Amino acid sequence: MSTVLEVEGLRAGYRGVEVLRGVDLEVGKGEKVVVMGPSGSGKSTLLKCIVMLVKPTAGRIVLDGEEITNHGVDLKRVRAKTGFVFQQYNLFPHMTVLRNLTLPLEVVKKVPRKEAERRAMEMLRRFGLEDYAKRYPLQLSGGQQQRVAIARALLMDPVLLLLDEPTSALDPELRREVLEMLFEVAKEGRSMLIVTHELDFAEAAADRIVLMEGGRIIEEGTPDEVFNSPKSELARRFLVELGRGSPGASGRAGPASPSAPPATA
Amino acid sequence: MSDSFSFVLDILPDLAKGLWATLQISLSSYALGMALAIILLPIRAFAPPPLSLFARGYVELFRGTPLLVQLLLIYFGLPSLGLRLDAYTACVVAIGLNSAAYQCEILRSALKGIPEVQFLSAESLGFSTLQIYRYVVLPQALRIAIPALVNELVTLIKESSLASVIGVVELTRRGEYLVAYTFRALEVYAAVALVYLAVCTVASQAARVLEAKLRIPGYEREVSGLI
Ligand SMILES: Nc1ncnc2c1ncn2[C@@H]1O[C@H](COP(=O)(O)OP(=O)(O)OP(=O)(O)O)[C@@H](O)[C@H]1O
Ligand SMILES: [Mg+2]
Repeated sequence: MSTVLEVEGLRAGYRGVEVLRGVDLEVGKGEKVVVMGPSGSGKSTLLKCIVMLVKPTAGRIVLDGEEITNHGVDLKRVRAKTGFVFQQYNLFPHMTVLRNLTLPLEVVKKVPRKEAERRAMEMLRRFGLEDYAKRYPLQLSGGQQQRVAIARALLMDPVLLLLDEPTSALDPELRREVLEMLFEVAKEGRSMLIVTHELDFAEAAADRIVLMEGGRIIEEGTPDEVFNSPKSELARRFLVELGRGSPGASGRAGPASPSAPPATA
Repeated sequence: MSDSFSFVLDILPDLAKGLWATLQISLSSYALGMALAIILLPIRAFAPPPLSLFARGYVELFRGTPLLVQLLLIYFGLPSLGLRLDAYTACVVAIGLNSAAYQCEILRSALKGIPEVQFLSAESLGFSTLQIYRYVVLPQALRIAIPALVNELVTLIKESSLASVIGVVELTRRGEYLVAYTFRALEVYAAVALVYLAVCTVASQAARVLEAKLRIPGYEREVSGLI
């Protein structure tokens, strides 16, 4: 399998405080990778490094065959190749949903207005969001806003979609609609790197789970491997905190909890 | 009483002339202040220390001293450095320089009101810094800042009365002249005050209309939801 993302020996931090301490990670074409880990373990920083919103202090990142950590790389062009969805406030509140989608196409990809609008409406329709086209972001629910933000990211046809806890700012009843949309996106074969603590989603949609702790990856494997037989004590403890796995037991944790993956529409 | 009323009607044309000068002074100095604030703001917010300290010092200096003293310095003080300004220019410059400090701070706090994710989102979509400001940051910041910016204009209309001190014949000075040859201080100054009040009220109301027009749809809900 060819890769869209290779991260090697990545280190980064803020004002001299090191937050990522040597991260190695690969994402294959079409692969869905879920990143989990306790608060402060560096998940958001890792995602931001991948689009160079945080500059690494060491290591290299190869995105879509291009080493973006090299000097002189046009970061605007690199960023336009990825999609990024944050926890909240993604959309520009002073423009309509439609304009939120067409603006990056026009400004970054130089698509003419009419064509941008056609593509944007098509994308909105695909996810049942067309009724919101003329509305303003703050007139939508948090879940609707996140779905529009994901649609906007997809409209740029990213080689890799990065999502940083896309549902964690939402009320439980609003999470489902966003997760269902993400399931749909996942099925289409888009490469995705998602930070989330939605166990059901991770289990059903992820090809691979990556657990982080203290700026390092401490465990990596298929959902079954990581959730049901974590190798390290740290991983076990974290899973217990998430309500998964049983404390104490080494090797195979107790029987998988009967949480069913959410219906996919 | 009816005598006072007809007296005020009589002096209205004179006051109108004064008002015209007052508006010219306040609008010109407001525009000057805005232009300077737009230059000052990025220096204050983003430039490296020596420059940003200069901008900060500027803001502190003009906000920390009385406008009247600034005006006197510029009109009476600068000539000894070889720079002589006529009274009208001196007061536009003084009030403009002063207002720049306030407008800079208004814009700066509006910028701070924009969530960081807005910058990151635009950046992650591939926008250049210039494009981020043009399409995402400034349109939002200006909307946030409108009430405070209009308030600043209202303040300037009132503060421009200081120009009378150096002999610029604006609304207040007109009033002084009228008092000098009619000796009816109560009626004249009351009429002058009413004219200021009327103009400032109109400006505030216009601001309210403008604000409602430009308000980010759904923002009220967001804000009231927080309270
Ligand atoms: N802009 C910043 N400036 C300074 N320190 C930061 C900044 N952003 C994050 N940090 C610090 O870096 C560490 C890792 O932060 P990061 O946001 O990557 O963690 P995270 O795993 O995403 O956590 P969470 O689950 O809470 O989102 C934390 O200790 C945090 O305080
Ligand atoms: Mg985070």
